[in-house]
Amino acid sequence: MHITQGTFSYLPALSDDEIRAQVEYALDRGFPISIEYTDDPHPRNVYWEMYGSPLFDEKNGDNIMATLDEARAEFPEHYIKINAYDRSLGRQTTALSFIVQRPSHEPGFALDRTDGPDRQQRYSLRSYATDRPKGKRYGPTA
Amino acid sequence: MTPTTPTTGNGKSNRWASGVLPYVQMGYYDADYQPKDTDVLCAFRLVPQEGVDPIEAGAAVAGESSTATWTVVWTDRLTTYEHYQAKCYRVDPVPNSNQYIAYIAYDIDLFEENSIANLTSSIIGNVFGFKALVSLRLEDMRIPQVYVKTFQGPAHGIVMEREMLNKFGRPLIGATTKPKLGLSARNYGRVVYEALRGGLDFVKDDENINSQPFMRWRDRFLYCMEAVERAQAETGEIKGHYMNVTAGDMEEMYERAEFAKEIGSVIVMIDLTIGYTAIQSMAKWARKNSVLLHLHRAGHGTYTRQKTHGISFRVISKWVRLMGVDHVHAGTVVGKLEGDPNMIAGYYDTLRLDHVEQNPLHGIYFDQDWLSMPGVMPVASGGIHAGQLPQLLNYLGEDTIMQFGGGTIGHPDGIAAGATANRVAVEAIIQARNEGKDVLTEGPDALNRAAKWCKPLARALEVWKDISFDYTSTDTPDVVATPSS
Repeated sequence: MHITQGTFSYLPALSDDEIRAQVEYALDRGFPISIEYTDDPHPRNVYWEMYGSPLFDEKNGDNIMATLDEARAEFPEHYIKINAYDRSLGRQTTALSFIVQRPSHEPGFALDRTDGPDRQQRYSLRSYATDRPKGKRYGPTA
Repeated sequence: MTPTTPTTGNGKSNRWASGVLPYVQMGYYDADYQPKDTDVLCAFRLVPQEGVDPIEAGAAVAGESSTATWTVVWTDRLTTYEHYQAKCYRVDPVPNSNQYIAYIAYDIDLFEENSIANLTSSIIGNVFGFKALVSLRLEDMRIPQVYVKTFQGPAHGIVMEREMLNKFGRPLIGATTKPKLGLSARNYGRVVYEALRGGLDFVKDDENINSQPFMRWRDRFLYCMEAVERAQAETGEIKGHYMNVTAGDMEEMYERAEFAKEIGSVIVMIDLTIGYTAIQSMAKWARKNSVLLHLHRAGHGTYTRQKTHGISFRVISKWVRLMGVDHVHAGTVVGKLEGDPNMIAGYYDTLRLDHVEQNPLHGIYFDQDWLSMPGVMPVASGGIHAGQLPQLLNYLGEDTIMQFGGGTIGHPDGIAAGATANRVAVEAIIQARNEGKDVLTEGPDALNRAAKWCKPLARALEVWKDISFDYTSTDTPDVVATPSS
């Protein structure tokens, strides 16, 4: 299973150079970068953990890549994404958001069902990984 | 149009003598009129009948779209009639043609708040059948800020839609289920599932898929929801199917929309044919129920396409933004349906921007402010495929829904492969653009590089490489761009 959230999930995993190019695109437009991670990739889980505050004042791509490396070292089996934020009037929302790291194994989702009247189904999407406690969901410790 | 003018003894016309009076003399033309910030302004393209003075024709349009009837009525004198008379304040000839552009101002008091039905009954109510004109077209309309603020506007708008769907930084992509007619609900749901799991964000009912004998609405909704939920489980990504709730009456539409919401759909769909009031009702419903509202512009070509008669689609764009839909089909430039690139740029600006400047090249006659009213997501649909993405992104931009119907379902390796080809193409071209590549000139190269590792994309580029719909547009700007060197 391969989760396809984010702007570039249908491309092969981005190299560091390619990630850097997207970071530079954001910085050129004045979009601050933030880094987020999670081990609960449910599509409606919009509040991934913030790896520190958004890097509002960080204009240096090297430093952003170094921060990303720290996040990767600390959370090697989590999903990590990079967001670029557009604060301009009329937007005030995310401009770009793409996954830059995945756990080594993505078990995917169960679609739980409850049968209702006249053929209706109540659906519930559940990540297999979240059957285990937070922090122990992916990788060798899982 | 050349009525006998009742005159007084001194030869000057008498406004109140019984009979028929030229509209100019009744006060519907005033070259010195300074439009107020609160006026509704209209630009009409008119062709007068032979022998009819263009200024009189402009005044007649002002009269017939506001207070006038064909003859003098004494009951006008019970009113502050000058206030309610629309004023034609400018008539410009269109070079090398028999056409004129007449500018007309309407006081805000002519219109009911929050009612496109009332606005249009006034302005396009009777006048388009007026015998003294060969043809008439409403080219553009300036909605004053005070009037804009009486409308709800898009139930969610572009920003809220992206946050709700958790999709940023690229055009959204979709497809219309094909064939339009005859699939059973179960087979129909199969198409939806394959397209969504392959990589599309949305699949869509077609405008004429409502509730016919071969597939009733409730069965379709159940199977499509199964498809949406299964695709979400396969991809971990939010998906949608535009459930078309268009029906013969509001009660039936509400019932279908409620059911779509209850079973978990993020979006419902209506057709323009349901009428302005029904659209405003559905927009209210969509806001109240947190369900996105997609509008198919079914029927618009009957009155938007011809340059000399009808209503420009940029006016329809303004109305649908005020009425409050979240999506509307607005042209592709490169696909199978009518659309001059400049005209389409005008529609897209009208739907998305907060302030639109007057721009003759794009057919925009007036500045228009939207006062932070959210934008409508324009939908590009009809004869487009992955190989056209460089042009599509260049002309239409990122806040667009690109609908590849045949370009998904007609893929030689199957529907899911077609969907994957389109999604890979979108992501590859966005990546290239963000890396500083020129979308138009270097975009095809980015697609070819992606096709080296993505077989479905390679097949799509090969199959549709020669497909283009290169016909002359009927609706084009009066002015041409002057190359700046």
